[in-house]
Amino acid sequence: MSKMNLLQAVNHALTTAMEQDPHMVCFGEDVGHFGGVFRATSGLQEKFGKDRCFNTPLVEQGIIGMANGFAASGTTVVAEIQFGDYIFPAYDQIVNETAKFRYRSGNEFNVGGLTIRTPYGGGIAGGLYHSQSPEANFTHTPGLKIVVPRNAYEAKGLLLSAIRDPNPVLFLEPKRLYRASVGEVPETDYEIPLTVADVVQEGKDITLLAWGAQIEYAEKAAAMAAKDGISCEIVDLRTLLPWDRDTVAASVNKTGRLLVTHEAPITSGFGAEIAATIQERCFLSLEAPIARVCGLDVPYPLALEKEYIPDQYKIYEGIKRTMNF
Amino acid sequence: MTEPKATSLAVHKLAFLDANALSIPVYQVLKQDGTLYKGAAKPDMDEATARRIYDNMVYIRVLDERMIAAQRQGRISFYMTCIGEEAAIIASAVAIDDQDMVFAQYREQGALRARGFTTEQFMNQNFSNEMDLGKGRQMPIHYGSNALHYMTISSPLATQIPQATGYAYAQKIRKTGQITICYFGEGAASEGDFHAGMNMAAVHGAPVIFFCRNNGYAISTPSDEQFKGDGIASRGVGYGMRTIRVDGNDTLAVYQATAEARRYALEHSKPVLIEAMTYRLGAHSTSDDPTGYRSKEEEAVWAMQDPVLRFKHWMVKNGWWSDEEEKAVYSKYRDDILSQLKVSEKIPAPQLEEMFTDVYDKMPQHLIEQYEALKAHVQQYPDVYPKTSGRLDA
Ligand SMILES: Cc1ncc(C[n+]2csc(CCOP(=O)(O)OP(=O)(O)O)c2C)c(N)n1
Ligand SMILES: [Mg+2]
Repeated sequence: MSKMNLLQAVNHALTTAMEQDPHMVCFGEDVGHFGGVFRATSGLQEKFGKDRCFNTPLVEQGIIGMANGFAASGTTVVAEIQFGDYIFPAYDQIVNETAKFRYRSGNEFNVGGLTIRTPYGGGIAGGLYHSQSPEANFTHTPGLKIVVPRNAYEAKGLLLSAIRDPNPVLFLEPKRLYRASVGEVPETDYEIPLTVADVVQEGKDITLLAWGAQIEYAEKAAAMAAKDGISCEIVDLRTLLPWDRDTVAASVNKTGRLLVTHEAPITSGFGAEIAATIQERCFLSLEAPIARVCGLDVPYPLALEKEYIPDQYKIYEGIKRTMNF
Repeated sequence: MTEPKATSLAVHKLAFLDANALSIPVYQVLKQDGTLYKGAAKPDMDEATARRIYDNMVYIRVLDERMIAAQRQGRISFYMTCIGEEAAIIASAVAIDDQDMVFAQYREQGALRARGFTTEQFMNQNFSNEMDLGKGRQMPIHYGSNALHYMTISSPLATQIPQATGYAYAQKIRKTGQITICYFGEGAASEGDFHAGMNMAAVHGAPVIFFCRNNGYAISTPSDEQFKGDGIASRGVGYGMRTIRVDGNDTLAVYQATAEARRYALEHSKPVLIEAMTYRLGAHSTSDDPTGYRSKEEEAVWAMQDPVLRFKHWMVKNGWWSDEEEKAVYSKYRDDILSQLKVSEKIPAPQLEEMFTDVYDKMPQHLIEQYEALKAHVQQYPDVYPKTSGRLDA
């Protein structure tokens, strides 16, 4: 065990995977010698050479296109998109190619060796284009797996699983936590299974469902609610696609209430999918409508970022509304 | 099926073109000491134009220096300088018409200032206050002004390139007699949008000047890891476009090339590519530290090619500039910028409602509802949201 922040945990996972797999490569804008603008790939080029960790030209569609081809050869690749906001030039490669390789070829070919890592989310004074949470743009695409870690320990274990999973994975890293989230992380190799949600805190009155950096706000809101005698169960979904319906449904059947919170805009956000599924699965256990405390339906603002964020106060109010329904 | 152009020469001996078959020269007029290269034509630039260019250079140097300091002091969140690239940016902006459209990348504040953007407007944007034309929504340096024909900056790289093609095509259709200039870095030129925009401009005949600032780096990535061909200029030829490579630290070369490119683009309704060879003397941005990827020695070599100093030498030789004037202008701009900075940082952030305006032309029902709910929430927790809570009507 050693103390690591989320970035170091990512770096550790990449190092571990590259040590084991002599053909695995890692590339993206500025990831080579410099180690990436956030330094997630720091030291990898020194350690594994320029052939296995390198800067690409500045072209996201090229990065993912090349990664698709590389992975189609049966080789493992982790491609970095510098910011989640800049993944869209690669949208076609991801949605029409990455996700459909296996299906369209009748499993003659697949790009299961591909993992796409990208920092995402707000809270860093990034304004419109360094803050977005694009997960729902991708959850609508069958064939992808989508994973989001909430802290350093989770990041290493989930990233190792993502890299080794025989399906392409989009790994979204909450950049607000990159240096802020510090914890004990094993030096050893370990995996946290995909599509298994984690009950972070047990409770009996209401389930708070979140992922990534939003877990922190859920925990703070739960602490506020505890003072009112409300017992919150907090569930980290961890994998958004395909997601662990059983764990969420079991929690909601127990508490009778569900609040979903995410930073992305509420309309067509992944919370809507969860709410629809859970009201089908848990209709008779529900004591109140499923609540969503989410981002607003506006582009991510700069000066009024604090107002925009679905913070603990907004979640706390949502908890009370649900309890008092 | 169309045949290869009949103009292609037929050969019957196997021969490949070398990757470096095109070897594009650099157009230079002004030497670092302020004298002209032998054989360079006497520049077509009068004193008023030269003064205008130099004045903008000094202003931008001061602005960049002040804003970097303000960022270090935590007064603004972010900044990007254009130090080293002033000649490329300002001389090209001054060489075209003030009514021409500008699509910039983010490092072209000199072009904006040349159009008349005021100190107040610069400061209000950098402080994201309610007087910012962009309503405090974007990060610092994302300027824009409809009145000054300067498209608001967008962070996603290269998106402005095909847009510039479209804007210029509209100028042609509307017979405005204007053109568009589109600035971008050599890194951004790797994006798909660059290729789309260049090709479409050539195919559809758009009067646009594509102005590439080849400053050697895209954040940490040096240009020799960005492309292997003969720079960006070779691509212009590939797309069937008139092309020139200029010394980007040479104000006179940039000015002459851009003025001629404008004349040609307008007269023939065709695009032109200019590749300006220069160097990003500063960090990529205030979030960057170049010591991680390049040497002090390399920076020093380029510092010796300072474009502002080079132009000043020429001005002085012409008897158009003196050290006294220089001192006076620097101190005037330092005072102007500092006093406006103190004013702008006290102007409040935009009102809460501004978060919901301009998503559409009118606020739809669901946004009205979200605004009302947020307003009630902010009123309930005024201390958590101090920027907006004090200014809500009851
Ligand atoms: C689509 C996209 N990808 C990545 C980025 C992140 N980014 C911002 S600036 C930059 C480098 C740009 O280099 P260049 O075009 O050469 O311009 P310069 O900074 O040198 O002026 C990168 C990678 C971005 N803004 N947009
Ligand atoms: Mg550059």
